[in-house]
Amino acid sequence: MLRSRIIPCLLIHKNGLVKTINFKDPKYVGDPINAVKIFNEKKVDEIMVLDIDASVHGNEPNYELISKLANECRMPLCYGGGVKNTEQIKRIVELGVEKVSISSAACENPDLVSEASSIVGNQSIVVVADVKKKLFREKYELYTHNGNKRIEKDLFSFLKIMEDLGAGEIVINSIDRDGSMNGYDIKLISKIKKNLKIPLTAIGGAGKIEDIELLINDLGTIGAAAGSLFVFKGKYRAVLINYPSIEEKDKINK
Amino acid sequence: MISIINYGLGNVTAFKNIYKRLNIDCKIVSDNNDLKKASKIVLPGVGAFDWAMDKLNESGMRETLDKLVLEKEVPIIGICVGMQMMAKSSEEGVRDGLGWIDARVKKFTIDKNIVLPHMGWNDIELANKCLLFQDLELNSRFYFLHSYYFKENNVSDVVTKTTYGSSFTSSVKKNNIYGIQFHPEKSHHWGEKLLKNFSNIEHA
Repeated sequence: MLRSRIIPCLLIHKNGLVKTINFKDPKYVGDPINAVKIFNEKKVDEIMVLDIDASVHGNEPNYELISKLANECRMPLCYGGGVKNTEQIKRIVELGVEKVSISSAACENPDLVSEASSIVGNQSIVVVADVKKKLFREKYELYTHNGNKRIEKDLFSFLKIMEDLGAGEIVINSIDRDGSMNGYDIKLISKIKKNLKIPLTAIGGAGKIEDIELLINDLGTIGAAAGSLFVFKGKYRAVLINYPSIEEKDKINK
Repeated sequence: MISIINYGLGNVTAFKNIYKRLNIDCKIVSDNNDLKKASKIVLPGVGAFDWAMDKLNESGMRETLDKLVLEKEVPIIGICVGMQMMAKSSEEGVRDGLGWIDARVKKFTIDKNIVLPHMGWNDIELANKCLLFQDLELNSRFYFLHSYYFKENNVSDVVTKTTYGSSFTSSVKKNNIYGIQFHPEKSHHWGEKLLKNFSNIEHA
């Protein structure tokens, strides 16, 4: 049986590992390589590392760091941040990264998705959509550049286009749930999942394992990613890397 | 010495790190001189079929590799696309495969029960006994990431099956040639055990 993937998502800011709230106020939580080592021991399903500086500052991906991460990871790695063209994607895959995520570049240049997936294979192309819910309305807007730039596109048709162009996975990153730890936006994720024929991963809002359980129970096999949940412990948000055991995961995946 | 073929694709260092941790001699090889000394070979792979075949053909190691595998019968394990390359052809591309095993690589049929790629942790079911899977934990699981699968013409080549929508071949063995669809280098201690088992296979 294919299991749901429970994925720690790590954010890189100024070469350190941080956690944000609503995409703001990055709090330093440790060293990325060290975190990966701990997550290795915890036998995590997959890991996602997003460099939140690269696209905003127009920087190249930090290949040295990516290479170190890929070598250290004993689980599949998805890297995102500052990826704009096929050459960069090829280079990152050649470093041993299984999946490369693109966000702003996919909005600005959708053809990149088809071009890159035809070369590296669609299994390695992930499109991350940063989504903000409009206040008091069941309407969602697409953002890039860490939630600073609004994209004038309909979210649902955008995702469908990404799928048709050859994306291998969609990640929905909820800006208003980021760091809130009050649960996934199940309504939104469910609506998106119904329309997709490629794997979907949700991130934003998981505050306890039960939130992940709820998502999987409601939606079936899915990627459940979280930041705060796996790096903080307790109401004072003390930094402590944690992750469910294999037995706990098997219970969730029933 | 286990030689991990570096043709510019796949996570060669991840394999090296695992063997280093297990205290098993291994080397990343990028040219014919080094490859010739191989007593066991790992052929990694990530990416699309044609890209991988082009990279291997351009590496200059193709001829030596064919000789080692087919004439000297050096044990080899192909991983993911590395396994798919051992077939004759793939629906993903137009290049010829290595053709070591009588098989073609096909695309999964999408139905309402599955999404593609097949991404994540899945189980394996042993169809034929194989040293690679000896003494594996009962709850072993492995990471899969692919949209195409290996379809062999001889049932006797099948080692494990996995269910995704329907049942497909997740590992094969023909003489000294082993292929596995999942990523042992990214499958924690379960994958490590499998790679350790490969290191124990005797060169016939």
